[in-house]
Amino acid sequence: MDMKRRELLRGAGYAALSVAVPGILASRVSFAAPAAGDARFVFVLLRGALDGLAAVPPVGDQDYRQLRGELALNDTAGLVPLDDLFALHPSLPFLAQQWRAQQLAVIHATATPYRARSHFDAQDVLENGLALPHASRSGWLNRALGGMPHAAAIPLRHAGVALGAGIPLVMRGENDVASWAPSRLPQLEDDTLQRLSDLYASDVVLSRRLADALAAGEIASEAGMDAGMNAAAGGRGAEAQVSQTAKTAAGFLAREDGPRIAVFETTGWDTHANQGTDKGALALRLAALDAGLRTLCTELGPVWDRTVVLVATEFGRTAAINGTRGTDHGTGAAAFLLGGAVRGGRSVGDWPGLSQGALYEGRDLRPTTDLRSVMKGVLRDHVGVAPRFIDSVVFPDSSAAPCLSGLV
Amino acid sequence: MSAADAAVAANRFGLGARPGELAAISQHARDALLAQLVGPAPTLSESLPAGSTLLAQALAGRAEARARAEGVDAVRVVKNLRATYLPAYTTEVLARFRAAVTSERSFVERLVQFWSNHFAVSVDKVAVLGLAGAMEREAIRPHVLGTFADMLLAVEQHPAMLLYLDNQQSIGPNSAAARLAGRRGKEIGLNENLGREILELHTLGVDGEYSQADVRALATLLTGWSIGGDAGRLRGGEPGEFFFRTGLHEPGGVTLLGRRYAAGGVEQGVQALHDLALNPRTARHLATKLVRHFVADDPPAAAVERVATAYLHTGGDLPSTYRALIAAPESWQSPLTKFKTPADYIHSTWRALSLPVGTGLRDLRVFEELGQRSFQPGSPAGWPDRSADWDGSAALMKRLEWAQGVGQRLGTQVDAQQLGAAALGAYLTAGTQRAIARAADGAQALTLLLCSPEFMRR
Repeated sequence: MDMKRRELLRGAGYAALSVAVPGILASRVSFAAPAAGDARFVFVLLRGALDGLAAVPPVGDQDYRQLRGELALNDTAGLVPLDDLFALHPSLPFLAQQWRAQQLAVIHATATPYRARSHFDAQDVLENGLALPHASRSGWLNRALGGMPHAAAIPLRHAGVALGAGIPLVMRGENDVASWAPSRLPQLEDDTLQRLSDLYASDVVLSRRLADALAAGEIASEAGMDAGMNAAAGGRGAEAQVSQTAKTAAGFLAREDGPRIAVFETTGWDTHANQGTDKGALALRLAALDAGLRTLCTELGPVWDRTVVLVATEFGRTAAINGTRGTDHGTGAAAFLLGGAVRGGRSVGDWPGLSQGALYEGRDLRPTTDLRSVMKGVLRDHVGVAPRFIDSVVFPDSSAAPCLSGLV
Repeated sequence: MSAADAAVAANRFGLGARPGELAAISQHARDALLAQLVGPAPTLSESLPAGSTLLAQALAGRAEARARAEGVDAVRVVKNLRATYLPAYTTEVLARFRAAVTSERSFVERLVQFWSNHFAVSVDKVAVLGLAGAMEREAIRPHVLGTFADMLLAVEQHPAMLLYLDNQQSIGPNSAAARLAGRRGKEIGLNENLGREILELHTLGVDGEYSQADVRALATLLTGWSIGGDAGRLRGGEPGEFFFRTGLHEPGGVTLLGRRYAAGGVEQGVQALHDLALNPRTARHLATKLVRHFVADDPPAAAVERVATAYLHTGGDLPSTYRALIAAPESWQSPLTKFKTPADYIHSTWRALSLPVGTGLRDLRVFEELGQRSFQPGSPAGWPDRSADWDGSAALMKRLEWAQGVGQRLGTQVDAQQLGAAALGAYLTAGTQRAIARAADGAQALTLLLCSPEFMRR
């Protein structure tokens, strides 16, 4: 199938240039790419289905206002126009700043290959990287770790880290990963630890988990993260939580000998009722996410220049609002690609429009960009995973989703 | 009968052995499990207020806030609600914690928890903070030894579920209310959240071969399933009780899964739920989840088949379904396949040590600390039920650190060697016994027992 995927380059005068001479852009990319094994990548998973039409409202689309009724954001104070079509929700000031710095690309009307509307299956597909839910017990990011170029001088025990008590599917698999969550409990005594590792010696799972926990704990204590976390835990709201997690992620990634890839997740995006406009439930969540991303940038310091962050959700929400001033499960979503290494200030992908005929099954934003194309582009051009490895191991059934060039 | 049967019965089917429990059932472990299914479902020892009372109080509080012109401030409304609901939540969760720790029918308590998680509501939505426990008590517990159809209906009509999945204001597009609003230039209509999750999570399962049209059909059938109140949009009915709002219900017949449900008010939805409960795909979905919960992350096909068949042959009679699970040979083979969830781990520790359950919110902190705050799975899918969801390295380390704290507090008062035999019976390995015997002190001995591979699993 010949997928017509024209890159729309808006803003900063890239439009004409990119279409005419893609080669120039490609060479610029290789020039800017970080040294092998030195790139950082963060995957932020928004569980619950972010309403992309609220986060990045297509206020220039003639059908938008009608579909969104009282939730339409066209005249909202603080809305940040991105180009003649899209704007950014007023609760995303850091993303707006990133856009202006050309370090944010918006991928609208994007989706995994999954087309039904179950959160849980859709998240499974977003994480397993395959075409079907439950098709694999490993995640695409874990598989990608196996194809990462490691800088020879830096022996990385764990190239990947999951922030949070559990390891999400996207990071599960054969490659060892660190996971870390703040703890207020006193550390295990050394002698007890020694005896436990003896006791676990014949238990394949527990011995590996224990070793992983120790490695992560070492990094965390060196970076003084335990103390930092507990101090930061003063604010208990969603905003404090996302920022805390982002700070921890940065603590791992900023180290020269630390992990290169981090994943964390946030929840609370399932806005079926009273989702609000510039104020309300969704606005609060967006503000928390925005603050978390700002924290990540600040804490990474100079490493931000070598960083790409992909923020994605399992699917979008209905184009029209429902009967309870919210939105139901949909299809096409919005994703964000940001970081010092991103070629931003533009939106990526075709805009399918919101007319009745354009909508997927007459109700949802029609996906035009396979999210795997974005993931593949980042893995190849930023992380440095070989194309053949990406196609055979990371995303084995993704021939319908060609690697997107020029993202970084 | 093998020596391991008692350990399997108490740990895999139950919530962990209390001192003396294994000895008491050692000659007849399977019969003891079957005996737990006889008689009325266990109730909580505390008498707690009805969910409808709690909800009516919350609604009254909101009306009062509105009257004081505070109603416009959504943040304040949520804060008020949290303040009203938090004591109720605490009381409820402590009561179920106490039941889990003290029950002599802990297989049935585990089943209550299983169904409560199957029909999960999550208290990160403040609207259900005070009601989640009430839903378990009022809609699940009474039916845990009854039929699935009755449990399903009780859950879907419980205010906690209606509020959690936004059905109380879902409105038929051609209902009286929608037509009235249309004349005023307002557009109101369907919310498909509850309809979708009933099909996907509560009954057929995500592979249950239903379509988007079926989701809307069920949502349409359930329009008008709401709660009573005495102010605003919720005027009418008994405050806090299930209330069918005729004015919101979509008139006319609806086709769901190929079957036509003629116009008929609340009975339309009741009939649809009844049919869904008895659908063979529901049987398979529930059997798979039961076998995954009790036997293995990858449910053995033969056991699923046996359980699903029993369910279907008895019209969804739950004790018959559980008996098929007990009869499945796979249930008794290869023990210790399931890594305990944090709640499992906490309950079994409390049971092994006969610890008392406290009376305050801080007595519940351990659930949060180990990653499983009660009634807060975060989504209507409930807590996940595979080992890989719980045995991550950070989670493991937390558990070990916490166990060390328990060891330090109580290790000098107990004999970890004896305790291990009483809690784990045939599960207890020579390696763990040796480690306990060689421990530096009582604190370390108890820590090693609680951290042993066989105490981590069930």
